[in-house]
Amino acid sequence: MTDAAELRRRTAELLAAFPPATTDRVDFLRARFDAGLAWVHYPEGLGGLGAPRSLQAVVDADLEAEGAPDNDPRRIGIGLGMAAPTILAYGTEEQKRRYLRPLWTGEEVWCQLFSEPGAGSDLAALGTRAVRESGGEWVVNGQKVWTSSAHIARWAILIARTDPDAPKHRGITYFICDMTDPGVEVRPLRQVTGEAEFNEVFITDVRIPDSRRLGEIGDGWKVAQTTLNNERVAIGGMRLPREGGMIGPVSKTWRERPELRTHDLHQRLLQLWVEAEAARLTAERLRQQLVAGQPGPEGAGMKLAFARLNQEISGLEVELRGEEGLLYDDWTMRRPELVDFVGRDAGYRYLRSKGNSIEGGTTEVLLNIVAERVLGLPSEPRTDKDVAWKDLAR
Amino acid sequence: MSAQPDLLYSEEEEALRAAVRDLLADHCDAAGVIARVESDAPHDRELWKLLADGMGLAGLLVPEEQGGQGATHREVAVVLEELGRAVAPVPFLTSAVVATEALLAGEAGDLLGDLASGRKIGTLAVALNLPAGSAYKVVRHEGGALHGELTGIADAAVADVLLVPADDGGLYAVDASAATVTPQVSLDLTRPLAKVVLDGAPGRLLGDAEPAVRRALRAGAALLASEQLGLAEWTLTETVRYLKERKQFNRPVGGFQALKHRLAQLWLEVVNLRAAARNAADALATGSDDADVAVAVAQAFAAPVAVHAAEEALQLHGGIGMTWEHPVHLYLKRAKADSIAYGTAGAHRAALAELVDLPSP
Ligand SMILES: Cc1cc2nc3c(=O)[nH]c(=O)nc-3n(C[C@H](O)[C@H](O)[C@H](O)COP(=O)(O)OP(=O)(O)OC[C@H]3O[C@@H](n4cnc5c(N)ncnc54)[C@H](O)[C@@H]3O)c2cc1C
Repeated sequence: MTDAAELRRRTAELLAAFPPATTDRVDFLRARFDAGLAWVHYPEGLGGLGAPRSLQAVVDADLEAEGAPDNDPRRIGIGLGMAAPTILAYGTEEQKRRYLRPLWTGEEVWCQLFSEPGAGSDLAALGTRAVRESGGEWVVNGQKVWTSSAHIARWAILIARTDPDAPKHRGITYFICDMTDPGVEVRPLRQVTGEAEFNEVFITDVRIPDSRRLGEIGDGWKVAQTTLNNERVAIGGMRLPREGGMIGPVSKTWRERPELRTHDLHQRLLQLWVEAEAARLTAERLRQQLVAGQPGPEGAGMKLAFARLNQEISGLEVELRGEEGLLYDDWTMRRPELVDFVGRDAGYRYLRSKGNSIEGGTTEVLLNIVAERVLGLPSEPRTDKDVAWKDLAR
Repeated sequence: MSAQPDLLYSEEEEALRAAVRDLLADHCDAAGVIARVESDAPHDRELWKLLADGMGLAGLLVPEEQGGQGATHREVAVVLEELGRAVAPVPFLTSAVVATEALLAGEAGDLLGDLASGRKIGTLAVALNLPAGSAYKVVRHEGGALHGELTGIADAAVADVLLVPADDGGLYAVDASAATVTPQVSLDLTRPLAKVVLDGAPGRLLGDAEPAVRRALRAGAALLASEQLGLAEWTLTETVRYLKERKQFNRPVGGFQALKHRLAQLWLEVVNLRAAARNAADALATGSDDADVAVAVAQAFAAPVAVHAAEEALQLHGGIGMTWEHPVHLYLKRAKADSIAYGTAGAHRAALAELVDLPSP
């Protein structure tokens, strides 16, 4: 078994063979992947060494100390957090070898073609159709929406309906879609911040070879659960220093600008500071549980906590700034590659954080999940479970 | 910032929890507590004897060479979670934590061992609502004897020894038999307050009052968060259990989304409280530089959560929650009293403002 000492030895070897100072960034990342030091818990040959997940920190620390380049995980969050674990769990050997390496190095960005205008929280109601031709190829038609990063993505994870006669959860199949194929049209969808971070994606007669199907035909909902569970796990469990989140900028403003202080804002700031610190400690506790191999259900709560805190804290900051709070840095419609919470002003943070309680499952839907899966309360009455999708009222 | 706190429970801590929980399951049922608090003797001395004598819990914080267990605040916190879960009417927090910490600050002599063994119960004669660092009331020291009146002293009714701050700056040990202790009618019947009158009572000087009281109240505040965690957990678990069973409109009321969301919200608060409480206990145990911040965060966070959990429990139990025979009122009263004990959330936020440099206008 690969232990910490062995990993440190391999890390030192990598650094010696590819000195970060003189090696091209992508070359270094490729070499790191090939050495099994990308995600050490992945299998050998796929960026890992089958080592315990907790040992990744050992590798990361040594690489960081030597100034090794990172793979810009925020820019490729969907690939790392969602596509990769799904491909690992359901992909063929060939698929794993084709997709995981450029995904990890960031050479290929991924996006998620799940939501549709008529299927958001009720994702399983989706209507994008994939029809199999006699040659085995699939022909896909439909519309997806709110697709983050579609404008920079090379690949997409896509779910589509392959059997309209089955009940909605059972007739779905999971595909890998080539975003450069003819028939895939990405249109920017401008959002409340003024920029267009997400998109509408129109899919017209797009041909997907059967070799890009992930999992069995009709099993797409089960495969999608892997993606969605990983999406929520990816959000908790990161290690933040005190004041590392949204509370940082507002605390800084408070310290530097005594003329803005009022008693009311002071009370609210302290209250939110305490809540942010408690949430940070909870995330740290979750991380310690993961390292100790005893993951708790706390992960389900972290996204809820951070969404609310981000919104309240950024709202407070706009107020604190008074006259400046009435201004906004820039309404230009940009097409950013990643969400940059700290690079922009308080008004931007306020508006962008509104998405935190919608993206990746709304707060209402996540509260349902906590109530049912953690507390074991009865689930919502279901009237659509056994009805063929084509017969559902729409 | 200092090293990462350990926020988990060790195997030994879980074993301790299981032992305490078993004992409480056998000896501290809700009906018994309700019956007891209506009597003249609200404290459960038999249970205290089992915890102190039987399990040695009164001496957790006392070093072995002074007759204790040489454990840390982390284990104490686990015990308090369980005592909170049972709203146990025993003087653990007041004697084994607060009075013991005050004695650990000075020259206690045999007294520390007496408290550690449970042979004696001690209480710090400072009103329960005061946070560490605030002004406390003192008695007059004159000709070797103490004179004065102190109110709001938790668990004084069962104390054998009172630790009394006097106007000469000293902390004195006073035998309870030399004082007049009168129970006050208290909001929290399971941790009742009393008035203490000293009329020329002899006292033994233990050392300087200021550092001892500060240390004692800080530990009280830090570990109270774990008691609040235990009681919040009980109210949540019990409410979830009840709402899965209780049917109205031909379905379990726990299936209604409005209630599911409220309970999920409470769960989230409790999860966060656990991290904050663990952090405070660990900071004291390791003597971290961060202890003052950790304590202020835990107390500012814990009180609103525990009160919210108990208030929701009462509301969601409907009419039965409003009855004297249902135990939820014990938890509500304890939670509300705890929200004032060792400083309110507001007092701890004010302390925090200084500590983390977020000054008031
Ligand atoms: C910034 C951002 C980025 C996104 N990126 C992507 C992406 O990359 N790929 C992708 O596929 N999708 C993406 N989404 C879409 C996102 O997943 C959906 O918006 C989300 O799941 C909610 O669906 P909806 O918008 O259709 O709202 P609806 O489902 O129509 O919900 C409307 C309201 O009803 C509430 N509601 C719905 N069902 C219930 C219920 N059962 N109980 C109680 N309340 C309920 C919701 O909480 C909400 O308040 C993104 C969204 C945002 C905001």
